[in-house]
Amino acid sequence: MNGSRRSFLGRGVALGAVAVLGTYAAWAAPEPIRIGEFSSLTGREAGLGQYTHMGVVMALEEINAAGGVNGRLVEVIAEDTQSKAGESATVVRKLTTRSRVVAIIGEGASGRCLEGAPIAQRAGIPVVSPAATNPKVTELGDCIFRVCFTDPFQGTVMAKFAHETLHAKRVGVLSDVASPYSLGLAEFFRQRCRVDGIEIVGEQRFSGGDKDFRAQLTALKASKPDALFVPSYYGDAGLILLQARQLGITVPILGGDGFEAPELVQVAGAAADGSYFPVHFSLADTSPRSRGFVERFTKRWGKAPTGVSALGYDALNLIVDAIRRGGSAEPKAIRGALALTTSFDGVTGRISIDSERNARKPASIVRVEAGQFRFLQAVAP
Amino acid sequence: MTELLQQLINGLSLGAIYALIALGYTMVYGVLRFINFAHSDVFMVGAYAGYFLGPKLGAGSIGGGVLTLAGAMAVCAVLGVVIEKLAYRPLRGRSNLTVLITAIGVSLLLQNTGQKIKAVGANPRAFQFPGPDGMTRGLFPETQLHFRSLTISSNQVIVLVVAVVLLAALWWIVHRTRIGTAMRAMSFNATASSLVGINNDAVISFTFALGSALAGAGGVLYAMNYPSIDPLMGTLPGLKAFVAAVLGGIGNLPGAALGGLLIGLVETLVSGTRVSTYRDAIAFAILILILMFRPAGLLGKLRVEKV
Repeated sequence: MNGSRRSFLGRGVALGAVAVLGTYAAWAAPEPIRIGEFSSLTGREAGLGQYTHMGVVMALEEINAAGGVNGRLVEVIAEDTQSKAGESATVVRKLTTRSRVVAIIGEGASGRCLEGAPIAQRAGIPVVSPAATNPKVTELGDCIFRVCFTDPFQGTVMAKFAHETLHAKRVGVLSDVASPYSLGLAEFFRQRCRVDGIEIVGEQRFSGGDKDFRAQLTALKASKPDALFVPSYYGDAGLILLQARQLGITVPILGGDGFEAPELVQVAGAAADGSYFPVHFSLADTSPRSRGFVERFTKRWGKAPTGVSALGYDALNLIVDAIRRGGSAEPKAIRGALALTTSFDGVTGRISIDSERNARKPASIVRVEAGQFRFLQAVAP
Repeated sequence: MTELLQQLINGLSLGAIYALIALGYTMVYGVLRFINFAHSDVFMVGAYAGYFLGPKLGAGSIGGGVLTLAGAMAVCAVLGVVIEKLAYRPLRGRSNLTVLITAIGVSLLLQNTGQKIKAVGANPRAFQFPGPDGMTRGLFPETQLHFRSLTISSNQVIVLVVAVVLLAALWWIVHRTRIGTAMRAMSFNATASSLVGINNDAVISFTFALGSALAGAGGVLYAMNYPSIDPLMGTLPGLKAFVAAVLGGIGNLPGAALGGLLIGLVETLVSGTRVSTYRDAIAFAILILILMFRPAGLLGKLRVEKV
C-alpha cells in the first residue's frame, strides 16, 4: 500500500518535471506557424485532394529543411472534406477557430471552395486555392486568392481550340448539374462558340457520381456532333469516355483541367485516346524549375505529380513567400503581402496576383495518345 | 426509333443490376422485417472482391470471368453471414428501430474501413485487369455488337444473362428446396415455423448468405459495366435498389426483380431527354404514384394482422 503510494508520488514528480521541461522547450524554440489545408482526401475526388496534399507536404518539408520562415518552422494542419457537400464549412470553421491557423490552402474543387472559403473570409484568414477555377471563388471577398487559371479562360481556350485546330462546326455539351465547376465551364465554352459560329447541337446533363451516361450519350450521338465538350472531374470523365466509345461515338472529346489524373486512363483505357484538355502544368515542360520539381516529387512519392500537386506546392510556397515579404505571420499582413505578389517563381510558371486576386497564367493543351498525356500547344491568357 | 430502342437496351442492363441488389433487401425483409442498409456496402465489397480475385482467377476470359464472379459471390455470402452473426443476432427480439440503426452503423463501418485500409483506399480504382500483352482488359472478353445503328456491348448481354440465371436459381432454391420452404415458412410466421422444428437462426443465416451473394454478383456486374470502383460506390445503387424493392412490394421476390427493371428503364429513358436533371425526381415520383394506388407495391399483398 505504502510502496505503491510512493511510486505514484514518484511518477507524479517525474511527470511534473517532463511537463516543465516540455514548456521550456516550447518557449525556447518559437512556436511553428500554423497553416491550414482543406482538401478531398477521401471520397469521389480523393485523387484530386491527395495529389494536392502530396505537393503541399513536399513544399512543407523543403521549407522546414531550409530552416522555415522568419526563424519559425511551418506546420500544416490538413482537414478532409470527404468530397462531400457540407463538410468544407465544418472543417474550415475548425481550422479558423480551434486550430487557429494564419492562412489556409484549399479546396481544389470549386464547389467545395465556394462553401468553405466564406467562413475564412469572415474570420479574416487568407485562403489560397490551388485549383478552384470557378470565377466566383475569388469574388467571395478580399481574402480569397488562387494560383490557377480560371474557367472563363479555360472554357474560351477549349472552344477556340475546337474551332481553330479541330475545325468543329457542331458540338455537343455534357455537363454536371451538381458542380459549379462544370456548369461554369460549359457556360464560358458556349459563349465562345457563339462568337466563333460553332453550333451547339446537343446539351445533356448528369449529376456528379452517376455511373451510367449511356442515355445522355445516345441522345448526343443522335445529334451528330463533330466534337463533344465534357467539363467534369476525372472520375466521371473516365466512365463517360469509355461509354461514349462503346456507343460508337468517335469524335474528339474535350474536357477541362479536371480530366488530369492517372485514373482517367486507368478507367477508360484505350477509350481515352483522342481526348483533349487543358493542364496547369505539363510534365513535358522543360524549364529547370519544373524538371527539378518533377524529379524530387517522383523520388519522394514514387509516382509522377499531376497538375494539382504542382499547384499545391506553389500555393504553400506562395503563402510562405508572403510571410517572408511581409515580415509577419499575422493573417492581415499575409493577406496584404499576397495581394502584392508579382512574378513569384512557381513550378507552374510565374505567378502574379491581379486586382481580382487571380493568377494570370498560361495553359497547356494535352492530347491523350496510347494512355499518355502528350503536350500539344501552350495558350497564353 | 433506334434511339428509343438503344435507350431500352441501356435501361434493361442497368435495371437487371438493380434487380439483383433489390432481391437481397426484399429477402432479408421477408424473414426479419427490417431493411438491411449495410446491403449496399456488401455490394461494394463484391466489386472489390472481384477486383482482387480477378487477376488470380484469370479474369479476361469467359471461364476466368465466371470464376471471379463466383468467387466474389462466395466472399459476400460469408460477409453477409458474419455481419448477421456479429451485428444483428445479438439484437434479436429488440425493436426494429434498434436493428435499423445498427444496419446504418454497419454500413458506415464498411465504407470507412474501405477508405482507411491501404489495400482499398479512398481513391477510385479502375476495374480492369492486366492482360498477357500488357494492355488492360475487362472481366470478360468484350466486343460491340451492331444491329443497323444499334450498338450493344457484350457486357450488357452478359449482365442480362447472369441476372436471368441467378433469378432462376433463386426461384428454384426458394420454391424447390427444403431450406427454401423453411424460408417461406418463416417469412409467413416466424413463431409457428420454430414450433414445427425449423431452426430460425439457420434460416436467417442462409437468407443473408443468399442475399449477399446476389449483391456480390451485382457489384461485380456493375463494376464491369462502370469500371470505376470506390468504397462509397454502393450508396446510390443501393438506394435505387431499395426503392425498387419497395416499388415491387417489399418481401416479394418477383416484385423486387420487376421493380429493379422498372427503375432502371425509367431512369434511362428520362436521362436521354431534355429533363435529364429531374431523372431521380421522376423515378421517385412514379414510386409515390404507384404506392398511392397500390400501397403494398406492384406485386405485394397487404397482409391482415391476425390477432
